[in-house]
Amino acid sequence: MLRYVLNRVALGLVSLLLLSMMIFVAAQVLPGNPGRIVLGREATPNAVEQFNHALGVDRPLPVRYADWLSDAVRGDFGANYTDGRAVTDDLVPALQRSLFLAVYAFILCIPISILAGVIAALRRGRPTDRAITVTGLSLAVIPEFVLGAILVTLLGPAFLNWFPGIAGALIDASFVTKVDSLFMPALALALVLFGYIARMARAGTMEALDADFTRTATLKGLKQRQVMVRHVLRNGLLPTIAVISTQVGYLFGGIVAIEKLFGYPGIGFLTVTSAQIKNFPMLLACVLVIGVIYFVATLAGDLLTAALNPRVRLARQS
Amino acid sequence: MNVAAPVEPDAAALALRDVEIVYRVRGRDREVLRGVTLTIEKQGSYGLVGESGCGKSTAALSIVRYLPRNGRVTRGSIQVAGRDVLKLRGESLRRYRRDAVSMVYQNPGSALNPALRVGRQVAEVFALRGADRSGARERSLAVLREVNIADPVSVLRRYPHQLSGGMQQRVIIAMALATNPELLILDEPTTGLDATVEAEVLDLIGELQERFSTAVLFISHNLAVIRKTCERVGVLYAGELVEEGPTEEILQNPSHPYTVGLLRCIPRGGLRKDRGKLDTIPGFLPPIGVDLPACVYVHRCALAEEICRVEKPADYRVGETHISRCHFHDRAQELPRATDPTPAPGVGIDRLAIPLLRVDHLTKTFNQDGHEIKALAGVSAVLWPGETLGLVGESGSGKTTFARTLLGLVEPTAGTVEIDGNLMPPKLGERSAADVAALQIVFQNPDSALNRRHTVRRMLKRTLGKLAHVGGGDAERRAQELVESVRLPERALSSRPTGLSGGQKQRVAIARAFAGNPRLVVCDEPTSALDVSVQAAILNLLVDLQTSNRTSYVFISHDLGVVSYLSDRIAVLYLGRLMELGPAETVFSPPHHPYTEALLSAVPTIEGEQRTRIDLEGDIPSAADPPTGCVFHTRCPRFLGEVCVEQEPPLAEVEPEHFIRCHIPIDELRLIQKTAPPAERVPVELPG
Repeated sequence: MLRYVLNRVALGLVSLLLLSMMIFVAAQVLPGNPGRIVLGREATPNAVEQFNHALGVDRPLPVRYADWLSDAVRGDFGANYTDGRAVTDDLVPALQRSLFLAVYAFILCIPISILAGVIAALRRGRPTDRAITVTGLSLAVIPEFVLGAILVTLLGPAFLNWFPGIAGALIDASFVTKVDSLFMPALALALVLFGYIARMARAGTMEALDADFTRTATLKGLKQRQVMVRHVLRNGLLPTIAVISTQVGYLFGGIVAIEKLFGYPGIGFLTVTSAQIKNFPMLLACVLVIGVIYFVATLAGDLLTAALNPRVRLARQS
Repeated sequence: MNVAAPVEPDAAALALRDVEIVYRVRGRDREVLRGVTLTIEKQGSYGLVGESGCGKSTAALSIVRYLPRNGRVTRGSIQVAGRDVLKLRGESLRRYRRDAVSMVYQNPGSALNPALRVGRQVAEVFALRGADRSGARERSLAVLREVNIADPVSVLRRYPHQLSGGMQQRVIIAMALATNPELLILDEPTTGLDATVEAEVLDLIGELQERFSTAVLFISHNLAVIRKTCERVGVLYAGELVEEGPTEEILQNPSHPYTVGLLRCIPRGGLRKDRGKLDTIPGFLPPIGVDLPACVYVHRCALAEEICRVEKPADYRVGETHISRCHFHDRAQELPRATDPTPAPGVGIDRLAIPLLRVDHLTKTFNQDGHEIKALAGVSAVLWPGETLGLVGESGSGKTTFARTLLGLVEPTAGTVEIDGNLMPPKLGERSAADVAALQIVFQNPDSALNRRHTVRRMLKRTLGKLAHVGGGDAERRAQELVESVRLPERALSSRPTGLSGGQKQRVAIARAFAGNPRLVVCDEPTSALDVSVQAAILNLLVDLQTSNRTSYVFISHDLGVVSYLSDRIAVLYLGRLMELGPAETVFSPPHHPYTEALLSAVPTIEGEQRTRIDLEGDIPSAADPPTGCVFHTRCPRFLGEVCVEQEPPLAEVEPEHFIRCHIPIDELRLIQKTAPPAERVPVELPG
């Protein structure tokens, strides 16, 4: 087990390293030069050059990468090109905001989608099942920004006016205000995930319902609730748990568009803006942080599945 | 009212009255059981036999009210100890399942919840009846002791996957008997278990039957197993009971052509390929739901006349309690054979010629988490053209590793494989197309071995192209020849595996193996997934193909009757070592290795006296930590003493062509094997 974890961590670190290289190179070959962007069109070429030299961006690529990497592993992602503030000054609060939104979305999504999946499995082939399956599929194919836009139109000020149409930075806002303002972005994210998680829960439950051990449990004379909880769901929801963990990564992809749409300055918003203004240190840091989150979530999902499945957990002991 | 107590104290344990069950498939109700009536007395034992698809399991599931969603009982009544089972709903159904009836299933591995410890699953049964935590644990331990599980305390702590198949089945039997039900249903409980484990489980069932006052419904396709466990037997065909009576009477005096046919399909009584072909049952079981004529068996019956089509046969009384539903029950045993009994002309094995296959000190050590597992420990053997080498031994003895190493699917750690005197590269990827074509395999399960998306034509043509470099019109012609040679209709070429029966699929797999004119075909349990009638046809086919192509076989099977029918020589493997090797008849009759002796004693038969079974203690040891000296000494019924623990005996030629790895000299074995070994293991006294 330990060897498996170490293996996975090593592989994850290699992926992160490759990711950072790719972003670094891609950022450098993009047209535009930081000095020109920051100083503006009026600046003399000389000033631009001096500015670039001060930043160190006129050095060869591998040197700059090595430099950046050695700082980054120490948690120092450098300073913004624009205002010279440390990248982490902006990154940390943005990350906190995004995590809040993500957790919110999961809380909205997970209980409902698992419940819907289990109900669909129990009502296999009947109208309830069809309704849940079709709803899930439809929601899964609509991009989150379209869903978000629809939600804003319907529930926002333009029509029902139940929730604010924009989130904003929510600095010093109370918890209730936050929950209220972020409801729509969280719901948009939750709805996209719903279809996928519900489908996994449905498939897993159906398989467990048809399994021989469920027959054994039923024929023992157990009550239906005991059969469901102890035998069916315990086995049937294992794959769903793994899926939920990997969805964390997916969620952080979706967050980019949703945050932009609702004007919520989380890490997604930050990524987009730093790409637009070619603030490379910030862009690199954002992408890397999203990569780390993705990697940790996937690993956690696999470990959780292993921990819950005795066949995997004990495979190496016997 | 207390549902736990029988409603009528004298009522039969099980009474089915004219039960009809239908499955709804594509909007139509299709009959699976067509009015079955049978009774099991209190504490009686009843065996239900028949080919797959005849409705055996459906009958069982209807008794516990667990039919698939699309199945329902449309007529008749089911009573268990006087309870009308079909009227039970909700809570009363749950109590009926808890108290009155238990079931043991075919796949013990999947019948236990993989996520819960065994202790929790067994305790559930007692918790249901109000036992508290410690009480349930106490009783779980007690019931595991009842089924003779070694170390029950640690078994309770383990997960199902950590137990062997035999142990899993014991746990299920323990749970089934825990509540002392009035009826115990066993649905193929030993299919898929090793012969030695099967024998142990059957012994256990017999023993428990006596100790508990439970009636037993035993479902099996194996008449020999039924003979061992049941007083009465019913033969089911296409959802109808065609014959019913006391087990011994039915075996001695079968009075329905179907029963006669089933018995004739089984290779037994020392029948071997050079003494005669096996009889088969022509045709197929009708698909469920078709309209059948008056007698359901008429399509496959060689005795059928006009009356069978128009008049339903009555329950003819053949013996006191022996009933046959055949107009010609008195002539049933005159049923003409479906195949010509003349044996295939012998291939004529020339043992002076260069052997087709020479395996020299083949060794395979797997490495699992730092443990070395010796799956094969220096196996040497030769095989001549046209010869069959039977490979027997329990699971874990190295049979499959041996086969896979021959084929190059597993790279040997040491040792060589030669075909026609040419060294085979150890890895499949390094072998030439001709090498690959020369060594082919037929797997146990044709379902998973054939690509479901491809037609038979495409599969055969692809193999022909790859292995025989035949393409275009020639390939089409060869494909037709192949299909014909495995006795499939030409239209089978355009079918996909889903459109074929199990036997037909196995014929396709055989045709594929023969596409490249192989020198040697490894048959890995090729008939164990098939019904006996189909098995007989496939065995006949393998013999015919061997005769016409001089192909050699390495034949792996846990069915010793089948191995003995097909094999010229037999190799007995234990923990990756050859324990015995010799001509088939010599190996299977005494004197032989004590392991062979034990294996043979475990096989239930349909004729003669039941042999005293030699109890091999425990499971086969782990190959990661094999016993010292003779690896078999920990379980040997003829254990000598210290010499067995300290020295590994050599594989010695004790008679011409007969090799045994044992410290006991052959003459001594001949003497002591006239009588069964003592039940308690005591060292054998050797004179001198």
